[in-house]
Amino acid sequence: MSDWHSWLFWPDSVALSVLALGTLAMLFLYAARTPMHGVIHSLCHLVTQSTRFFSRWLFLSAENLRLRNQSVLLTHGEEGAALIIEREFERVADVIRKDLHEFPALQRKLMEEVTRIEEDYRKSGEVPPPPPEWVGALESVSKLKSGGDIPRKLLEDISKSIQKIHDKTLVEYRRAYEERHKILKAAQPAWRSVDKLASEMEKKMLTLQGNAKQIDGHMKTYEGMRAKDSKTEHALNTSAFVQLAISGLVMVIAMGGAFINYKLIALPMSEMVGASDYITGNLKTSDVAALVIILMEASMGLFLLESLRITQLFPRIASMDDRMRHRLMLASLIFLIILAGIESSLALMRDMLITDKAALMRDLASVAPVVEDGWFTRIPMAGQMIMGFVLPFALAFVAIPLESTVHSLRTVIGVLLVQSMRGLAFVIRFVGVIFTRIAKVLELVYDIPIVIPIMIENWVKALRGGSSGKAQAGNGSKS
Amino acid sequence: MKRILLVASVLFGSLFVSACGDSRMHSHAVYMLVDTSGTYAQEMNKATRIINYLLASLNSGDSLAVAKVETRSFTEKDIIAKVTFDKRPSQATIQKRAFKTKVEAFAKDVHGSAFTDITGGLIQGAEYLNETKAGIKTIVIFSDMQEELGHGTVRDFPIKLDGIRIVALNVTKLGTDNADPRIYLDRLARWEERTRKAGATDWVMVNDLENNMEAILNTR
Repeated sequence: MSDWHSWLFWPDSVALSVLALGTLAMLFLYAARTPMHGVIHSLCHLVTQSTRFFSRWLFLSAENLRLRNQSVLLTHGEEGAALIIEREFERVADVIRKDLHEFPALQRKLMEEVTRIEEDYRKSGEVPPPPPEWVGALESVSKLKSGGDIPRKLLEDISKSIQKIHDKTLVEYRRAYEERHKILKAAQPAWRSVDKLASEMEKKMLTLQGNAKQIDGHMKTYEGMRAKDSKTEHALNTSAFVQLAISGLVMVIAMGGAFINYKLIALPMSEMVGASDYITGNLKTSDVAALVIILMEASMGLFLLESLRITQLFPRIASMDDRMRHRLMLASLIFLIILAGIESSLALMRDMLITDKAALMRDLASVAPVVEDGWFTRIPMAGQMIMGFVLPFALAFVAIPLESTVHSLRTVIGVLLVQSMRGLAFVIRFVGVIFTRIAKVLELVYDIPIVIPIMIENWVKALRGGSSGKAQAGNGSKS
Repeated sequence: MKRILLVASVLFGSLFVSACGDSRMHSHAVYMLVDTSGTYAQEMNKATRIINYLLASLNSGDSLAVAKVETRSFTEKDIIAKVTFDKRPSQATIQKRAFKTKVEAFAKDVHGSAFTDITGGLIQGAEYLNETKAGIKTIVIFSDMQEELGHGTVRDFPIKLDGIRIVALNVTKLGTDNADPRIYLDRLARWEERTRKAGATDWVMVNDLENNMEAILNTR
């Protein structure tokens, strides 16, 4: 109360003092109007220029980042596409090596079959009946001048012999036909074999054709990447987002598996490293040891898949010679089996510890011990042991989604960063535009408390303007 | 690169060393005083239940000692059983069984003492707990908190209970308390004041052993 009273010129008359203070303040503000307007204008201009500069810088940085992302994305895409094409070529080579290396033998066999068919065909050609031998005899008889019994007898003899020859020829003809039929029948398997061989060839050719089509498709994508096609880039971006979502889901599932794994071995690990040792505040050494075992299993799985060339997170492993890679694969597999064995025994130990503790609790609570009846009471123990052995191998496959996440995360983060930078740049630019307008608003706000002196100033100016106008008019009329 | 590796190994090493030295800070040590004077000797079955609860609740690395309150209790001879549980849970279970057997043997053959030297027991308990170097130290007193000192027993001096929780259990009312409850309340207030002045971090009283047994080890 006394504080604001000290501002009053005449503490007894508050209204008068406030009026005097107000008038003084108004006069001061009016006097400082021009420099204050300048200050407001300069400050707003400064903010506008700064935001414009910063926004521009952000846009440029976002563009640079986008170009870099594009370059990395397309390079990765090219590598991926090249790998796929390489695999397709390998498949084609496999088909050619496996199936078409038999092609000469197949062709030879085919030719043999065709030759045999031709031969059979030739053999089965129709044999004309032999020319009649009695035609000459008939001509001789017809040339005889005198009739009688001789020609008749001759003709009868001829008729007999013709009949005889005809029968013989007919038999011969039928036998020849029978033989031809036999040949054709024997040629039937050859035809079938030729048909089978031809269809086999056709099938193999169709597989090759399919592979060739796939290679064509991949080559088209590859060409798009080489040409830095925006459509391909967009497809790759979308693919990265999808990949991240899928691999993220698989990773979450794997984490669930790892958590169960951790629960299985955390308690028995305390038997090995001590239950009362702590690394930090609430972090038990046994818990960390269990976690380390799980991470080691995951690492071994990673190395195993790397050495099998399923994943390619470590270029050094991928570029190893086959012998070394094979050794690494064996070593990883052996370590993984050992770790799985350890985990299985730890699961057994867990069950034993829990059973022992439960028995102690019953003793302490003076409760009668539970009678174990039947093999089914051992099912949980067996289940734990099996899970302990199987989970490390299941966990080993986490390397595949991990690789996918690593590759797609870079693209996704890059895209999100570019979008964020663009958004931020837009907001900053918008703030700059607002400050351009706000300068005028602030000037007007400043003028509100000193509206009376401004009105007086305007009135005086108007008066002066009027009198000078009149004077000028008067001077004009005189002149 | 070598420098980074060196720094990382030093950091990891220091973390490991500090971790190893930190293990006792998480352990819990409990010293239980069991009053065996007069009619309180008949309450031994309740004391056994509490000891069983402590055995069930304490873990590897924790310590537990049970001592009787005698005519003069500032002696190791009054400690019925003491143990620091092994780091391995399986061994700790074996130790708990052995401890239970010892306590049961004592409970079968308990003799009432003529006087009740609670202060002596507290000093002995504080000494034991400080030796364990445990992070959490608790003295559990199973008594009516009525101290009766024999001739020549000097206990009217300030004691030190720094960093120790005091839990009074089953503080039964005496005949005189029933006549004038102020005696009971004054007795409890006096003990609380004395222990707090001695540096005790907490004073807890648990009479409902059926429902409030968790309060014995509950450090909040």
